[in-house]
Amino acid sequence: MQRRAIFNNRILPYFLLLPQLVITAVFFFWPASQAIYQSVLSQDPFGLRTTFVYLENFRTVLSDPLYIEAVQVTIIFSISVTLLVMTLALLFAVMADRQIRGAQTYKTLLLWPYALAPAVAAVLWNFIFHPSIGIVGRALNEWGVPWDYKLNGMDALILIVIASSWKQIAHNFLFFLAGLQSVPPAIVEAAMIDGAGAWKLFRSVLFPLISPTTFYLLTINMVFAFFDTFGVIHALTDGGPGRSTTTLMYKVYSDGYVNLNLGISAAQSVILMIIVSVLVWLQFRFVEGKVHYA
Amino acid sequence: MTIPKPLRNLPVHVILILAVIVFAFPVFLAFIGSTWDAGTIGRGQMPLTPGPLLVENYTNALTSARGSRVSGYPVQILLWNSLQMAVAIAVGKIIISILSAYAIAFFKFPLRMFFFVMIFLTLMLPIEVRIAPTYKVMSDLGLINTFAGLTIPLMVSATGTLLFRQFFLTIPDEYVEAAKIDGAGPLRFFWSIVLPLSRTNIAALFVILFIYGWNQYLWPLLITTSRDMETIVIGIVKMMGTGEAQTDWNLIMSSTVLALLPPVLVVVLMQQWFVKGLVQTEK
Repeated sequence: MQRRAIFNNRILPYFLLLPQLVITAVFFFWPASQAIYQSVLSQDPFGLRTTFVYLENFRTVLSDPLYIEAVQVTIIFSISVTLLVMTLALLFAVMADRQIRGAQTYKTLLLWPYALAPAVAAVLWNFIFHPSIGIVGRALNEWGVPWDYKLNGMDALILIVIASSWKQIAHNFLFFLAGLQSVPPAIVEAAMIDGAGAWKLFRSVLFPLISPTTFYLLTINMVFAFFDTFGVIHALTDGGPGRSTTTLMYKVYSDGYVNLNLGISAAQSVILMIIVSVLVWLQFRFVEGKVHYA
Repeated sequence: MTIPKPLRNLPVHVILILAVIVFAFPVFLAFIGSTWDAGTIGRGQMPLTPGPLLVENYTNALTSARGSRVSGYPVQILLWNSLQMAVAIAVGKIIISILSAYAIAFFKFPLRMFFFVMIFLTLMLPIEVRIAPTYKVMSDLGLINTFAGLTIPLMVSATGTLLFRQFFLTIPDEYVEAAKIDGAGPLRFFWSIVLPLSRTNIAALFVILFIYGWNQYLWPLLITTSRDMETIVIGIVKMMGTGEAQTDWNLIMSSTVLALLPPVLVVVLMQQWFVKGLVQTEK
């Protein structure tokens, strides 16, 4: 699509595009193609010889029990975060959407955690759930619930889910609220006249109408849980204890940057690229649908 | 309608107030922690009321960030580093994307769609995915530990270009025709008409990108190895280390409060633009 009235200038548009194209080429296409290129190569331990190994690196990665373990951790982690975030965000949005006193104040007071870095969220929640100095961590231990996220993998997973979700709820809340507020009041009134109660109204009218938003947030939260939570994991658990919080993203980092295994790390990056591409593609398909529902 | 309205809304208020309290609790606790001494916190005896050391802890954090176990880097420098990084990323990205969107929306030239698709593709891969190869490129270019290396790769993204292009398509054709009749060239039109019209979009994008830049973690972690380039977020995580009980939690917490204050203030004070930007950049 393009506008009708345009300027006729042969060289200027290229100059305007140049900065964007240069940095996109240098910092995006070059590294991305390098990742694909390296993922089919293998280097000897001294980096002297490089051989073409077809999809060998992918087979190594996908048959590695540690990688399968990271896949499982990622699935459990991202589903937990997504469910927790979306349930609470939707609940708060439905509440804040009511015609109540102070709705705007509530909105502001629920919005600000969006501004926090995931790693900062991790530091804050560590201070609460620390087994010996945290107010909740200590209480749990005193009540006879053994809690130590540095020793127990499940505790570590719970902690990173809480810290990650806390930061993300604000974002989902905002989108759900926008979705609910775009539902035409006439539809809501019609349902009420037909005798629908609050739950029935939500279940049969509001929830179906905001389903494009819900689906959009589903993919966004998956991407968030896959990638943006790296800071939480790095700050809190370093992927441990054991490998109980090593997600796919964390593994790319530890294999590629810490252990310097380039071919294997590149193959992992390519797998992640494919996952993200699918998620983004799904998202665009459904954003198309978003336009028509109102 | 037997129950009066204020009472019917009571459960709603209760849930929302609980949500607000749970949301704010971690920051409240961090603030309390930043007003006590390390010993009280380390023994697990921190009360829920502010202690006497507010000024000392913040002064220490800002000027030296050294405690009995933590040896950080002065938080005022870390804050300054983060501010520079966030502003550079936001301003850089806005400039390059408004220019490229202007080219794509207001000109017709060979390969226009090809370039647009090329920019569009960057949506597919967040920097985290291509971290190792990007790092390799940076070290080949000698950009490790440089401000350019820290900020420029984070300016790659299609969101700004898409946002501005979308907006430019709504500028009426008559404006362009009128400008042409008055003898204004494309650059004059950009400067006198398009830029002023884009003000709110620029502001909205700036807020989102400032937060994005301030909160970067993985990239600065890899690219900055010298301490004087450290950002505040990374500085705090380093201060916390493995999170032993007996560490200078008062120092860590005052630094954390200082770290979250700027982005939270930006979101709260510029809420209108923030909401606009968030909804638009992700559409």
